[in-house]
Amino acid sequence: MIDMLEQADRRAFLKIGAAVGGGLMLGLMRPSVAVAGATAETAAELNGYVRIAPDGIATIMAKNPEIGQGIKTMLPMLIAEELDIAWKDVRIEQADADARRFGQQIAGGSYATPLHWDPLRRVGAAARQMLIAAAAQRWQCHPAECATEPGMVVHAASGRKLGYGALAGIAATMPVPDLNNVPLKPEAGYRIIGKPTPQVDIDAIVTGKMQFGIDVEVPGMAYAVFAKCPVPGGKPVRANLDEISREKGVIATFVVDGSTDAPAGGLVSGVAIVADSWWRAEKARDKLRVEWDGGAIAAHSSAHFAAEAARLFGQPATAVIRKDGEVAKALAGAARTVEADYFYPFIGHATLEPQNCTASVIGDKVEIWAPTQAPARGIALIAETLGIPEANVTVHLIRCGGGFGRRLIADPMVEAAYIAKKASRPVKLLWSRKDDMQHDFYRPAGFHRLKGGLDASGRLVALHDHFVTFGKDGKVARSADLSASEFPAQLVPHCLYESSLIECGIPTGPLRAPGSNAIAFVFQSFMDELAHAAGKDPYQFQLDMLSEPRLLPTGRSLRPGSAEKVSFDTRRMADVLRKAASMSGWGKRRLPKRTGMGIACYFSHLGYFAEVALVAVSKDGTPSVEQVWVAADVGRHIINPSMAVNQVQGSVIDGIGSALFQQITIEKGGVVQANFNDHDLIRIDRAPIVEVEFLKTDFPPTGLGEPALPPAIPAICNAIHAATGKRIRSLPIDIALLRA
Amino acid sequence: MAGTVTLSINGLVSHLEVEEDMPLLWVLRDELGLRGTKFGCGAGLCGACTVHVDGAPTRSCITPVGAVAGSKVRTIEGVAADPVGRTVQAAWKEIDVPQCGYCQAGQIMAATALLTSTPVPTDADIDSAMAGNACRCATYSRIRAAIKRAGGLAAENRRAG
Ligand code: FES
Ligand code: FES
Repeated sequence: MIDMLEQADRRAFLKIGAAVGGGLMLGLMRPSVAVAGATAETAAELNGYVRIAPDGIATIMAKNPEIGQGIKTMLPMLIAEELDIAWKDVRIEQADADARRFGQQIAGGSYATPLHWDPLRRVGAAARQMLIAAAAQRWQCHPAECATEPGMVVHAASGRKLGYGALAGIAATMPVPDLNNVPLKPEAGYRIIGKPTPQVDIDAIVTGKMQFGIDVEVPGMAYAVFAKCPVPGGKPVRANLDEISREKGVIATFVVDGSTDAPAGGLVSGVAIVADSWWRAEKARDKLRVEWDGGAIAAHSSAHFAAEAARLFGQPATAVIRKDGEVAKALAGAARTVEADYFYPFIGHATLEPQNCTASVIGDKVEIWAPTQAPARGIALIAETLGIPEANVTVHLIRCGGGFGRRLIADPMVEAAYIAKKASRPVKLLWSRKDDMQHDFYRPAGFHRLKGGLDASGRLVALHDHFVTFGKDGKVARSADLSASEFPAQLVPHCLYESSLIECGIPTGPLRAPGSNAIAFVFQSFMDELAHAAGKDPYQFQLDMLSEPRLLPTGRSLRPGSAEKVSFDTRRMADVLRKAASMSGWGKRRLPKRTGMGIACYFSHLGYFAEVALVAVSKDGTPSVEQVWVAADVGRHIINPSMAVNQVQGSVIDGIGSALFQQITIEKGGVVQANFNDHDLIRIDRAPIVEVEFLKTDFPPTGLGEPALPPAIPAICNAIHAATGKRIRSLPIDIALLRA
Repeated sequence: MAGTVTLSINGLVSHLEVEEDMPLLWVLRDELGLRGTKFGCGAGLCGACTVHVDGAPTRSCITPVGAVAGSKVRTIEGVAADPVGRTVQAAWKEIDVPQCGYCQAGQIMAATALLTSTPVPTDADIDSAMAGNACRCATYSRIRAAIKRAGGLAAENRRAG
């Protein structure tokens, strides 16, 4: 029997491998030989994802990290649908990091839905086929005579029925179906996909029992703080470690000699304090005196960056991102031109749970409990830094108190491992809020000088952007790029996007909807300016620009490494624009004084979003966003409508909060802001009503963690313009400019 | 400054040998293992650490344990002992409020305190009672809906009971 299983296993694996060309590693269909092992009496394992117990309860592994997008619920829904089991009979377990079994485990890029929609349904369908095969064997009939109802196989001709629990043991010995050809249910018959499904951990969350990274406890554990140089990548020259080691509760304190390249995201230098409680470690840190060497970056400041940008605007750009036609000529010949400079600042991620990680190092084996979005990167970094094989690093995926891209970078993981090793005991490393805010990988700031040319009919015929961004040695910094297909490229005959770089050692990285979260503000605000200059309604102006339906190449891959390319479908965008306009009563409302509506649309992470904001600006200049209408197209199914609406509402309010309250500034090479008093989060009293509608279109479903955010910012800025006549060209919004 | 601090936590009286300046948050989390109460800012700015001290919503991260000696402390782990707290939890589940969930213990404690003093809160009541509780995931639409729903559930319970 074992032989047969292994044979089946190999065959399935080969087929899977051929199917995906190694891009998506599906360790999916390994019917577990472990049926014969410890759990054999009570459970049979169909494959790495699904376990069915004799009582018919299916346990489904949640493969990806959960950072708040509801993935722990949503991915198992895909399997359960095709397995054909009642959701109440499903239990969900969080998987550990295990690339061999689960392939890529990453929470980022709104990829969970597009990457798993097909493969995970096939996992469920394969398991169902194996259950059907088991029943057919029992009944001595052909599998084609059998069908399933939730949790059971039925033989219609004879009226016989057998529950999955009774069949699981035999099913595990059945050949594994070819995943590519396994029959999938007709989508119209879905019982789970499309039903609002409460997140699996809701009970644990409302009772305080949910374990986050910060809550991990392992036997013999001590607590650590890690004091880093205020200037990223700086090194300690001397520190009063003797004095610190005598502080109450302190177990060990030492200097960590790390990299000076903070933007790389590895282990940097600092002083570790390990104590018998986190508070005592933190209290000891108050007495820590360190002389730091900040290196060249200590000369950085926000004022210097702004001066650099002004200087670079006066010179030819250094790189061409896109060039169509003859922009200079077209601008010179335009009936009207509009010029504007736009700016957005660095901002932080500010996950509410500060960065933390728990590590235990025994010999050359490392065990990690990490609230991480990308465990594989942590494993690679720890192995490299500690000089051990990756196979020696075990990572348990612990729920994250927010991610937003911050936890794609593994610096807290390598710090915890290094400190635990040096302290010779398990350690929970926890950053203070100040650590978290001052040692982030920031959404990069950016400067844009835009010129647009309109023809006599008010059509946009020329567009020029000189983008001053950040980088090092001629290389653009992480998340600081501009896409060659950035809208409205390909819709404007003469288009030139170019860039220049400011040398910068401040770490940057992906923040929810990387790039788009800033670029949408710039381009969609400028579209509004152009519409006004053309004497057109901004909604109509954008619709006219999209004009007849067509597909425009974006140059991006559908999934990392895949040959399948993403196109921008102008019809899908026009449709959400129309929907948002009709939902909001665009152009039909009579609004009070200093109240206005703004519209914006944006395509990112495969999602089409159009948003209309209604904003009232008080006499003192405070904008109050009263309502936002969101029309979205993310394909033909909204897998879990409960989390989907929550994500969209949260993304919109998050975007508005960043535009109102957030800015990281640099002085003497370090971050000025230290807590929520100077880099605040939006609060309930400033959160608008957000109405959401999904257009169901004939496309495979795509993700929702990010694409609702980018258009929210230009929508409110355009509404502020409608309310006050003042154009917001710099973030965060300066309310002093909006006073009556 | 270590001494014995006596306080009642979720109805159980504890005698703790800790520094009196240790914030209540860290006493709960690291001395008593009650980790439902969260650390967000350590400065009274986010509300993640909200507990009830003698019924009043309190930021445990800036409350030295010595200052609450002899008080009754209630945390998320004990909020179900309170009928209003139970109703708030039920509403939170019905509306499926959380995203990451990290702020929600503090939100539930703040909402319970609000509904105890103001059983039928207006939007303005909700704004002023809840503005100290940040939600990085911005689940505010559902927090507002759940507070209103909890108010409604409590009224139904009163009529039924
Ligand atoms: S942790 Fe106490 S208010 Fe933020
Ligand atoms: S649910 Fe994530 S911080 Fe509130």
